[in-house]
Amino acid sequence: MRKILVGIKRVIDYNVRVRVRPDGSGVVTEGVKMSANPFDSIALEEALRLRERGEADEIVAVSVGPTESQQQLRDALAMGADRAILAKTDGPLEPPAIARALLKLVERESPRLVILGKQAIDDDCNQTGQMLAALWDRPQATFASKLQIEGETARVTREVDAGLETIEVDLPAVVTTDLRLNEPRYIKLPDIMKAKKKPLEVVEPASLGIEAAPQLKTLKFEAPPQRQKGIMVKDAAELVAALKQRGLA
Amino acid sequence: MNRILIVAEHADGKLNAAIAKCVSCAVSIPDSDVTVAVLAADGAAVADSAAALTGVARVVLVQNPANEPALAAVLAPQLAKLAAGYAFVLGPSTTFGKDLMPRVAALLGAPQLSDVMAVDSATRFRRPVYAGNAIATVEVAAGKQVVATVRVASFQAAPGGGSAPVEKQSVDVPLPTHTRFVSVSAARSDRPDLQTAARVISGGRALGSAENFKLIQGLADKLGAAIGASRAAVDAGYAPNELQVGQTGKIIAPELYVAIGISGAIQHLTGIKDARTIVAINKDAEAPIFEVADIGLVGDLFSLVPEIEKLL
Repeated sequence: MRKILVGIKRVIDYNVRVRVRPDGSGVVTEGVKMSANPFDSIALEEALRLRERGEADEIVAVSVGPTESQQQLRDALAMGADRAILAKTDGPLEPPAIARALLKLVERESPRLVILGKQAIDDDCNQTGQMLAALWDRPQATFASKLQIEGETARVTREVDAGLETIEVDLPAVVTTDLRLNEPRYIKLPDIMKAKKKPLEVVEPASLGIEAAPQLKTLKFEAPPQRQKGIMVKDAAELVAALKQRGLA
Repeated sequence: MNRILIVAEHADGKLNAAIAKCVSCAVSIPDSDVTVAVLAADGAAVADSAAALTGVARVVLVQNPANEPALAAVLAPQLAKLAAGYAFVLGPSTTFGKDLMPRVAALLGAPQLSDVMAVDSATRFRRPVYAGNAIATVEVAAGKQVVATVRVASFQAAPGGGSAPVEKQSVDVPLPTHTRFVSVSAARSDRPDLQTAARVISGGRALGSAENFKLIQGLADKLGAAIGASRAAVDAGYAPNELQVGQTGKIIAPELYVAIGISGAIQHLTGIKDARTIVAINKDAEAPIFEVADIGLVGDLFSLVPEIEKLL
């Protein structure tokens, strides 16, 4: 069975304007819409397309997070994943711990490919995929904008600072997604009903050997400094004058 | 003493300008002793450039044909071996560093701080989260090894003029062959590098087509500026991906940033908020870009841009 494991993280929806709590203990989450991390939805979409092209037999959506993450896994099942696994944890988890938990699931499931988002839009770490690849001792192809399976290898085009880089990796491998890999499909109502019947397994973190003790301690959150509102000019001549006044033209 | 190892990014025999900024970050850590590691096929010229950066105590040069073109899977085991005894292992927050450093951290069993924007002490650092909508102050355990990427837009380049010794070193560790470089397509350009340019002109979706996008080139030529683009312009195919400025593209801090036909989505503003002067030209007076612009001009970019170009 050729499996693809896809990581799904529950995060504050990307349309929400995130606000820091007045006491600096975190950001406001009460009454805030939660969704799957957008890069993870791209990961799932890519897995679905690979299955549609006959390159995969089963897609397993996995999440490491709180009980509520089952909602995002149900959405993943509705989008087309075959089954889901939640490794339930209560406290905040750092990428090394998530990578170790994913490694346990990888060892259990033996996927041909693991596709993760390049970063989560909450902590913006951009670490988990690379860490999983290192612990698994397998290739990584990060920031993918194109993915092709060719036999026992994958050819991946990556968005890098210089432009587009193409690498070839032996399977199994870890791929992390960039924005332009695909555009995720919408979930249809009948699929939400069907997803309720698909298997969603909840495993306790202890069975995955997750060490919950964080290695980093976040002391406080602050709002970023705001830029001062500037001047409005009325035409090109005024704009150029303003630039010259600042020594910029 | 805090021993710090910086991983040098380089291409075509040249040290990436981001490394001088990593050195600035490293020397701002109290009681620091800074080593730069150059992993290359030859790397002699790169090592000399690194040795000239003020604040660098020594350069370690590891020569191996497998080191170029750079692949994280090949570099990471060598760096993990070199990192023994270092309190900090730093890399730039470029796609090179973002790809490589977490792999090094996992091999070391160390935590990683991504996008360090400020050093408060040897154990306290600040980094942006939620696309820059919040700044987190993070504490690392004293005496425990830490890997970090440095947000290059937050630090000034370390000046040249130094002359640190370069030591060749061989690293005896098995290297994987499961990852192979195929090709890179990069638009060669005579313009300044977007990441480190003092002036940047960016175009947005309002330019309307790849053909129209070229309109901003004349202005960029006049100002000696690099060219950037909003995500919307890249998604629409007006500009290549490497020009994208913003949260998921390049985060830049030029002296002058000119946003043309860019509305200013939060993801874009995250990428430019450290620019010294922001100029915005947009036909929509309500566009969020005007909230952060130092100089704003409401109007039709197709007539204004050529007019400004003529006046400069």
